[in-house]
Amino acid sequence: MNARTEVLDRIRRALDDVPAGERPQDVPVPRQYSRGGQQPAGSTAAVELLAERLAEYGASVHLVSPQDVASRVGQSVAGLGTGSVVVPRGFPPEWRSALDPDRVLTDEPRLPVAELDRARAVVTTVAAAIATTGTLVLDGGPGQGRRALTLVPDVHVCVVRAGQVVASVPEVFTALDPVRPLTFVSGPSATSDIELDRVEGVHGPRTLEALIVV
Amino acid sequence: MNDATFLGMPAFPTAAASALRDSQLRGNLARATGTIRSRRAAAVAEQDDWEQLREAGRAVKERTLRHLDRYLLQVEEKVTAAGGKVHWARDAEEARRIVVGLVQDTGEREVVKVKSMVTQEIGLNEALADAGIDAYETDLAELIVQLGQDQPSHILVPAIHRNRAEIREIFLRSMGAYGTAAPADLDDDPRRLADAARRHLREKFLRAKVAVSGVNFLVAETGTAVVVESEGNGRMCLTLPETLISVAGIEKVVPTWQDLEVFLQLLPRSSTGERMNPYTSTWTGTTADDGPRAFHLVLLDGGRTNALADPVGRQVLNCIRCSACLNVCPVYERVGGHAYGSVYPGPIGAVLSPQLRGTTSEVDRALPYASSLCGACYEVCPVKINIPEVLVHLRARIVEEGRERLVPKPERLAMAAARWVLSRPSRLTAAQRAGALAARLVARRGRVGRLPGPLSRWTDTRDVPVLPAETFSAWWKGTHR
Repeated sequence: MNARTEVLDRIRRALDDVPAGERPQDVPVPRQYSRGGQQPAGSTAAVELLAERLAEYGASVHLVSPQDVASRVGQSVAGLGTGSVVVPRGFPPEWRSALDPDRVLTDEPRLPVAELDRARAVVTTVAAAIATTGTLVLDGGPGQGRRALTLVPDVHVCVVRAGQVVASVPEVFTALDPVRPLTFVSGPSATSDIELDRVEGVHGPRTLEALIVV
Repeated sequence: MNDATFLGMPAFPTAAASALRDSQLRGNLARATGTIRSRRAAAVAEQDDWEQLREAGRAVKERTLRHLDRYLLQVEEKVTAAGGKVHWARDAEEARRIVVGLVQDTGEREVVKVKSMVTQEIGLNEALADAGIDAYETDLAELIVQLGQDQPSHILVPAIHRNRAEIREIFLRSMGAYGTAAPADLDDDPRRLADAARRHLREKFLRAKVAVSGVNFLVAETGTAVVVESEGNGRMCLTLPETLISVAGIEKVVPTWQDLEVFLQLLPRSSTGERMNPYTSTWTGTTADDGPRAFHLVLLDGGRTNALADPVGRQVLNCIRCSACLNVCPVYERVGGHAYGSVYPGPIGAVLSPQLRGTTSEVDRALPYASSLCGACYEVCPVKINIPEVLVHLRARIVEEGRERLVPKPERLAMAAARWVLSRPSRLTAAQRAGALAARLVARRGRVGRLPGPLSRWTDTRDVPVLPAETFSAWWKGTHR
């Protein structure tokens, strides 16, 4: 018997107390927990909560009006001194107009990892954001790039549209496509491994800056 | 790198007694578990629907386990369709062979690893080392354990038994031998320690061609794998290498994508006391132009079907490895993880290990007794595993198995004697008189201290008050004629 057949066989024998006619849906799963959705995405309350929660976990947060995004992006990058800035394909051109074109890397053609490691920062959009947990979700869509781009550079500047902000975790799951590789980011990288005290800044970007467009 | 092993560990009572004499260990544990307990309590308190989430989590796991064969086949189908390859392993030995073979097929001599309980459980690093493959642990606490040639002692924070000064020593002493050395002026500020780990591992991440991980969840409906982490070492391993090999216990499955909304609320709050952990990655097979080109998923039984076959014990397979039960356990807090002699320490280890490994060894037979049955673990468990119930159930099973032995244990002799005494009032009266007399003979200042022989098992750790000269029934007869 091969391993697959044998493991499945062991499982079926182990479950001989389960009635033969029982279907998965016959085992009740009560979902009485909050599914959110009381407020539409992008409500003022949700945006303010997102800003507060991101900041609590050590991200820097700026609320900006649509016409100020470009200058704010430029300012965030200028504050970092020299070094290149990765801007993935699909990032709105009007938001990168204040960036020095000589510093911009586009990942086209694909950047070798060593070059990514030398880049000072990456600027992206997001797929969605969760206010309650202070979470930004990336799905590799336009303006976000492949996963390595938001991982290797030490600074991640992330532009969030207010309309992308939902209140709760369940709300975001209905909006995401599981086939795409997803990354949920809640603050800069951190560890609790030394005496269970939280320290921010390990392998992922040590600086996370969120610009929320309101 | 040599990883020490749990083999040859003494059983819990002996190991616990020596751990209790280590005041440094007790100090480190008290501090760390105290911190995390209050953080968890605060994170749970602000989630109004916590009890409803726990009940949903428990029910989803129950549904999954009762139909596990169907869900595993669905995982296999979806992962394969998405470009991954699924392997099945009956036991640890088979899983090790599969992973070592997959690494050898790539021609690489080193792998980077994401912290994973299951690869610890199967002893993967030792098997890789035997095959001449260097395995680098990249989680900070795992790195501390590996560099210190030490044993993990906690599910979430394997180096919880080490304080910052000890970690500094380990980094200064050992980092240089395996790559970028720690800076000579390293102090014990956790920020600087984390920074030393970042520098040490950076070159390994950037050059790695093969990564090995566990998974936190596997979604049957979509074939999606999920890794929950904090440091970004997980993302490095899941994203940069060309080949990713993930090992998953067969109980890691959840039926639907929507089910993740329950577990991604339960796990971070229970585990690190955060609203959400810094990074969660999900991936489905392979993706063109993003991440590894080859993905292998190894599904491991490794004794899980033994637990599944026991309708009471089955619930331990609900476990999502949050470690909240360790942090609240008064026994764990005092003796630490090593005393349990198992990869899974604490209350969950005491019910999981004897079911995965069986109850043939003294270590595993002792584990269900490594608890005061206070029930704190059940209260905090995000998937409502009734750990005290399983502990008592396993104790009963171990006693039953003991009946088959030729030489009865003293406990069984004592129980037989008690049955004889308690079955007749006259015998009880006589025994009480004899007991009161005997106790007065050995008592000092009204207490019975350490007694010789088999009685020492009870009296070594507790004083017994002397029995009164007059029994309750004698007093009743004398006052209520």
